[in-house]
Amino acid sequence: MCLAIPALVKRVEGGKAQVDFGEGVLRDVNVSLVDAKVGEYVLVHAGYAIQTVDKEDALETLALWKEILEFEKDQG
Amino acid sequence: MAEKLRYRDPELAKTIAGKIREVAPKDEHVKFCHVCGTHEWTITHYGLRSLLPRNVEVIAGPGCPVCIVPAAEIDEAVLLAKKGLVITCFGDVLRVPGSDMSLLEAKAEGADVRVVYGVSDAVEMAKREPDKEFVFSAVGFETTAPSTAVEALAGPPENFSFLVSHRLIPPAMELLLGVGDLNISGFVAPGHVSAIIGMKPYELFPRVYRMPTVVAGFEPIDLLMGVYMLLKQIDEGTARLENEYSRVVKWEGNPKAIEVMAQAFAVTGGNWRGIGRLPDSALKLRDELVAYDAREKYDVHVEQGKDILLGCECHLVIIGKIKPDECPMFMKACTPAKPVGACMVSSEGTCRVWAKTAAAQKLS
Repeated sequence: MCLAIPALVKRVEGGKAQVDFGEGVLRDVNVSLVDAKVGEYVLVHAGYAIQTVDKEDALETLALWKEILEFEKDQG
Repeated sequence: MAEKLRYRDPELAKTIAGKIREVAPKDEHVKFCHVCGTHEWTITHYGLRSLLPRNVEVIAGPGCPVCIVPAAEIDEAVLLAKKGLVITCFGDVLRVPGSDMSLLEAKAEGADVRVVYGVSDAVEMAKREPDKEFVFSAVGFETTAPSTAVEALAGPPENFSFLVSHRLIPPAMELLLGVGDLNISGFVAPGHVSAIIGMKPYELFPRVYRMPTVVAGFEPIDLLMGVYMLLKQIDEGTARLENEYSRVVKWEGNPKAIEVMAQAFAVTGGNWRGIGRLPDSALKLRDELVAYDAREKYDVHVEQGKDILLGCECHLVIIGKIKPDECPMFMKACTPAKPVGACMVSSEGTCRVWAKTAAAQKLS
């Protein structure tokens, strides 16, 4: 529930942004709580960016979430 | 890739485990408590407990926001669903037991219950279907509450309201310190809650309770470092508030998020499943937003529900008093496929995390 997944900001329009969760998964999220810039990473929780993160950390965290999600999937 | 995964480097993990053994007390038993379902996932999945000396224990406290929603608040959602309203909720909330039924069971009986990724999706649905009344079940700790606040302040459509079940983490941590024989020696504070609230709300733990407190991230290295930092404080005979997860958590948290929460919500007392009523631990919409408060709008107020079914020991698991496998129902009458208690329902619930990992260990 408190999962927050890093995503790359592709486009910002007002309080909304299109972000990339990796492997082409694009979504519109609300960025009104952070200072989101194109090309930077944000932590996304339930459709809201809650913090900005540095790229290295973002990529590493993405790997962890991928593992958690795949584990959930495998175990049903 | 190997270079990228600094926070999962096995060599680094071994080094920290060695440091932990060096600094850990020789005889005295120490027990650290975290309050985050994702922390439990990392600890269990990576077998981190096996790297710790026998006298250093890490237990899971009330870290699952879905598990601690009281049955009465699920009952309110079920009542509204049966009245013909559309209930929108997070996927994990669907199977949480109410007194008589879950939202999933209400759905099976024909109610319109829809899973959403976030509150914005629920608001969009309400805009697209103006002839229906929509309610969003707003469950979650401080990580989630700002999103509810933003939508409430933005003025949702007239056919939209919130059933707010948000709860706050620091009051639950404070409660644990009062549980007589729990004997906690330090806190691992949750990373993403702290990304919002910052460090300040934890200051009272070292200052008032002399309780070492470290905010930690979610990688194996983060949690090992968190444990090491706590042990170091105990070794030095001090209690401080430290931040292991500084790459995400700022001292001041996210000021914009804190501000919108303060604008939209008042802090009030709230019931926690398995725990009871905690003062100043819940959020409710402020009076000026009462038009969006589903409880007032539809006059639905369930005071008391059946939180714990006979035989289920969720109430002891939630406060870290017992481990999931000490519950007689664990993986017998209560499994992820057929959960009895809330701790087995949510993917963040301690029983669910243990069940999944137990199953994986048997497979491998």
